Amino acid sequence: MTLLLNYSYRNIFARKLTSILTVFGIALVVFVFCAVLMLSNGLSTTLVSTGEDDNAIVIRRASQTEVQSIIYRDMANAIKADEAIAKDDNGTPLVTSEILVLINQPKRGTDEPSNVPVRGVAEMSIRMRPEFKIVEGRMWQPGTSEIIAGKKVAESFQGCGLGETVRFGMREWTVVGVFETNGSGFESELWGDVDQLMDAFGRPVFSSLTMRLADPGDFDAFKQKLENDPRYTIEVMREKDYYEEQSKFTTIFINALGVTISIIFSLGAIVGAMITMYAAVANRTVEIGTLRALGFSRRSVLAAFLIESLLIALIGGTFGVLAASFLRFVQVSTTNWNTFAEIAFSFELSPQIVIDALIFAVIMGFVGGFLPAVRAARFRIINALRAK
Amino acid sequence: MKVLKLVSRNTTRHLLRSFLTVLGLAIAVMAFAVIRTAIDAWYAGANASSPNRLVITNSISLVFPLPLAYKEKIAQVDGVTGLSWAQWFGGTYVDPKNFFPQFAIDDSYLDLYPEYIIPPEQKQAYLEERSAVIVGRALADRFGWTVGDPVRLTGTIFPGDWDFIIRGIYTGREETTDESQWFMHFEYLDERMRIEMPPRAGQVGSFIVRIADPNQAAEMSARIDGLFANSLAETKTQTERAFQLSFVSMASSIVTGLRIISFMVIGIILLVLANTMAMTARERVSEYALMKTLGFRPVHILGLIFGESLFIAAMGGLLGLIITFPIKNLLAMAVKDFFPVLRLDPMTMLFGLFASLVVGLIAAIFPALKAVRTPIVDGLRIIE
Repeated sequence: MTLLLNYSYRNIFARKLTSILTVFGIALVVFVFCAVLMLSNGLSTTLVSTGEDDNAIVIRRASQTEVQSIIYRDMANAIKADEAIAKDDNGTPLVTSEILVLINQPKRGTDEPSNVPVRGVAEMSIRMRPEFKIVEGRMWQPGTSEIIAGKKVAESFQGCGLGETVRFGMREWTVVGVFETNGSGFESELWGDVDQLMDAFGRPVFSSLTMRLADPGDFDAFKQKLENDPRYTIEVMREKDYYEEQSKFTTIFINALGVTISIIFSLGAIVGAMITMYAAVANRTVEIGTLRALGFSRRSVLAAFLIESLLIALIGGTFGVLAASFLRFVQVSTTNWNTFAEIAFSFELSPQIVIDALIFAVIMGFVGGFLPAVRAARFRIINALRAK
Repeated sequence: MKVLKLVSRNTTRHLLRSFLTVLGLAIAVMAFAVIRTAIDAWYAGANASSPNRLVITNSISLVFPLPLAYKEKIAQVDGVTGLSWAQWFGGTYVDPKNFFPQFAIDDSYLDLYPEYIIPPEQKQAYLEERSAVIVGRALADRFGWTVGDPVRLTGTIFPGDWDFIIRGIYTGREETTDESQWFMHFEYLDERMRIEMPPRAGQVGSFIVRIADPNQAAEMSARIDGLFANSLAETKTQTERAFQLSFVSMASSIVTGLRIISFMVIGIILLVLANTMAMTARERVSEYALMKTLGFRPVHILGLIFGESLFIAAMGGLLGLIITFPIKNLLAMAVKDFFPVLRLDPMTMLFGLFASLVVGLIAAIFPALKAVRTPIVDGLRIIE
């Protein structure tokens, strides 16, 4: 067995150029495959990490997203008084009502406009999001036209960097601070004072309420109670579920696209591997004959060529995954088709993706190597030895 | 001529290998053409737009409406020859996944869009009924709707259940016309808003203006925006094309990704072909040496190698274009909800073929150099 393994392994180095080309082809395919999985993983990671485990979010029934949701003040106040909401040491309920609107802002470098979400928040909003921290500048002064920008918006949109101004709702807003939230979706938003923003947009309504429950286990009962209350037309979701839901369309789209492309690419790579292996078999007919004459079984010969092809595929796969892992430093932003808001995220590698990519590579090697290996195993010894 | 004969004979020497190579190339050329077609699909809306239509939206973003009352002022602007308005309805049909664009439109809207062809009696029936809708042929096929069917949508922006009756089915005048839209009466929507949510009545998502002279688009846009500057709802007026392109720019990173991948495909073609050519040349070193001894010039040998490479590349390219059509139709079926218009551009096909020929040239360079440079003596000495 060791001998066979060695034979397969050393044969890869016998024809360097051909092996390198095949390895490279498989690496390219695995790279694309990985990149796609990392992309959709990055998007859902960003959005899922936006929600807190034991927070609930309330939006208008059937509105699907905060952007389309409308909750009137009286309804918001009634919900805020609910007993199930946790309170802090001073007895203040941990609940916040926010407004979220989209504004159209040109991106840096391209001048192409895209939608930036602007969130009107209160002091409680920031207390309820422990990962929030200002990294540059300061918080806004109450009662002024000052806003703070998420790190990713500040980087990619005109007028959203520290000290710059954005114009919307008949006012100039100065960005006085840049904040981070551990890479969650909030970093793609502008935040300002909820009352100032409502006033500017002429929208005296909230988009959503976010609350922490005193007992997270009570969520289902709380949801039932609020959704069945005839005074409200709302739906209650766990914050994590809500944000995960927000990534659905785009994730499905990226995955469908990526899988299609990967399959087409892999066909090309399989053909390449097949050509390589058929040539290897043809060139080594005499060798195969010799092996068989020495007493190696047909099965061993089949195994030797299959192993060779799998090795090539694994080497290619490893290179592909390695190359893809460098994508982690690349930042992408695209419109989230659920909300129509621009969201920034990164390629995110996970152990599962590495395993999937290597399995994918091995499958390609197996499919590409199987027929040539069968051919090698089926030679008749006498004819094989006679070959030129 | 001898060289040509040798090329064709050489290609068929390893029939299986040549066939596999052609197959590999064909798959890659097909992938290239299909990806390019998908990129074009993003731009379908922009390409189908008319140069003499302007779209007026709220300057903050599409989420914000404009007062219907603006229509008087806009209609008076010099050069405006038609005016209508629409509101994005955004309801869901049974399941949120069944997305399709729904517009609540004023009756004048259909006059601004002559590319939507509606049978006159259907149009008449639509105009006479409040809850009537007109849907595109593709949309009707997707859900199996026919004229006279009742359809219920659940509002996401405009709460509640809404009942409609399909009264007309339009077809596109051009191949590029989007046949997946749904048009309902703006009045039907507005009436219910007046009762249920008074602040939201009399609001439109966008105004559409027809202008006499497309060359005046920029001046007219500035003039219209000037009318409403410093008001509670400032406007942003663009040509219809620019408006449509703003949606493409939302997906610019996806489109860019697709572009990069479409060129990576060409990389794969190159790898497969270069692999085959390297093998071929390696096997024939002693042959080339023999030919040189017989008095063939290096140019003949080059002709042999390049000829074979180009021949395989051309075959692969052609086969690729042939299989593009069925695959494109499969893709069209799969993504028709996202991309109503999927068209194979002749330029894409030409480019695919051209790219495979260029690859054919590049793939032959190394083996050719090797063959020409190997001294005769060394070539003859090789025993396979």
